[in-house]
Amino acid sequence: MIIAEELPAWAALLVALLLLFGTGLSLTGALGLLRLGNFYQRVHAPTLGATLGAGCVLLASMIFFSILQTRPIVHEVLIAVFVTVTTPVTLMVLVRAAAHRDRSEGTFKEPGGRS
Amino acid sequence: MSAQVLHWSLTVSQLFLTLAMACAAFRMLRGPRAQDRVLGLDTLYGNAMLLMLTFGIRTGSTFYFGAALVIALLGFVSTVAIAKFLLRGEVIE
Repeated sequence: MIIAEELPAWAALLVALLLLFGTGLSLTGALGLLRLGNFYQRVHAPTLGATLGAGCVLLASMIFFSILQTRPIVHEVLIAVFVTVTTPVTLMVLVRAAAHRDRSEGTFKEPGGRS
Repeated sequence: MSAQVLHWSLTVSQLFLTLAMACAAFRMLRGPRAQDRVLGLDTLYGNAMLLMLTFGIRTGSTFYFGAALVIALLGFVSTVAIAKFLLRGEVIE
């Protein structure tokens, strides 16, 4: 941690807060994955970490490297765009697969209460 | 002082992410059905990518960025492939 000595205090504090907030959201999402009742409820939980959690950690990384190297480093935008685009695609395909499996076994219930 | 703040926040962040990965791994190993296991795998990949980024901040090198990008790419491709397999019974039709 010799490198971080060069960082001004406000930047270190900002990076630390963003890191703690982002990873706390990721942990909350993973705990939801552990706690919630059925698959259709569980599929909502990890998106908390995939959107705002990942966004905060990526922003922290961007701020850290930009101030450390005194030039704008925006590599992390690549990961942010990629995660934003792929998460809905992944989860929609997965939920369609789950609904298909449940329908073929006759255990699928429509969300409105109709069976 | 700034090094202390950053050091402790990085340690706590890595602890949080490791716990999140443990939760996802539990759901992957114990998931009642196949789709729960795939969801656990997807969460595991996402948290591993964030852990790589925190390692990058800790060491101050940008090499970990490439690892994080590769993990995100492979996670997306593998999750979609397994979900497609669950949906159709084959990956590429």
